[in-house]
Amino acid sequence: MSEARFQPGDRVRVRKADVPGHLRTPWYIRGHEGEVERICGFFANPEELAYNRHGLPKRALYRVRFQQRKVWPDYDGPAGDTIDVEIYEHWLDKA
Amino acid sequence: MCTHHHHDHDHDHDHVHPTRPELDGPLTYHQRLEIAVRELLIEKGIVTADEVRRAIEAMDARTPAQGARIVAHAWADPAYKKKLIEEPREAVLELGVDPGVTKLVVVENTDKIHNLVVCTLCSCYPRSILGLPPDWYKSRAYRSRAVREPRKVMSEFGLEIPDDVGVRVHDSTADMRCLVLPKRPKGTEGWSEEKLASIVTRDTMIGVAEARIP
Repeated sequence: MSEARFQPGDRVRVRKADVPGHLRTPWYIRGHEGEVERICGFFANPEELAYNRHGLPKRALYRVRFQQRKVWPDYDGPAGDTIDVEIYEHWLDKA
Repeated sequence: MCTHHHHDHDHDHDHVHPTRPELDGPLTYHQRLEIAVRELLIEKGIVTADEVRRAIEAMDARTPAQGARIVAHAWADPAYKKKLIEEPREAVLELGVDPGVTKLVVVENTDKIHNLVVCTLCSCYPRSILGLPPDWYKSRAYRSRAVREPRKVMSEFGLEIPDDVGVRVHDSTADMRCLVLPKRPKGTEGWSEEKLASIVTRDTMIGVAEARIP
């Protein structure tokens, strides 16, 4: 298990990838920039587990916070509204 | 399960009651698969039929009352509330609730923040704490709209969040399970934990309702 690449407060961008398989990164959040809210820990990669592989090495999982108005251009709530999504490290780049 | 229409009232049977649709239609692929795997596991002596039954019974015994007890204790004891947010697993174990493999995240509603939980990818839910999720939680409508227009969705549940309160949606997409710690209503000072727990409903712990005095 390696160290987490990002720390709470870091700006990150979700990879805008379209790859086949069992993914835990929702489509709507790909390509968006947010801020690491916390490191959830290290988990076997669910994209591998889904195909009966061991999913190792474990991957860092983060909760990343996004501004709703940036995620949905027509969002009609206040500017402070946010959405937290759990994202694995291999889906994140430094923003 | 028996789905026959039972009459527990007296009247003449000169009219037809609509009956609920039978639930024992042809088995789906995954139902057949489950039965096959279960029977093999039992045949090979890996699990017993009674163990399978007990596991189902234990899952069905989990209800939102467990979560209500946890929330009520957090309301009554600020040190416990802090622990529940910082070390949720240890905190719920302390109350005799086994979170199982669930990695719990507890998010607190305040005067400035209201939290709402959804799983857009499937139906991730803190089952080990609250039991099985309501059907609407698993519906496509809730899953797609709770992230996109959470205030509208909550207003359809009868909950209006003022503009000066931020709405924080939590999409449980991976390994964590979210539990909302609702706000303790004013006027509940001095209440026993049992009485406090009685106003903590399932929906308040998902975020589509606020705890209030009935």
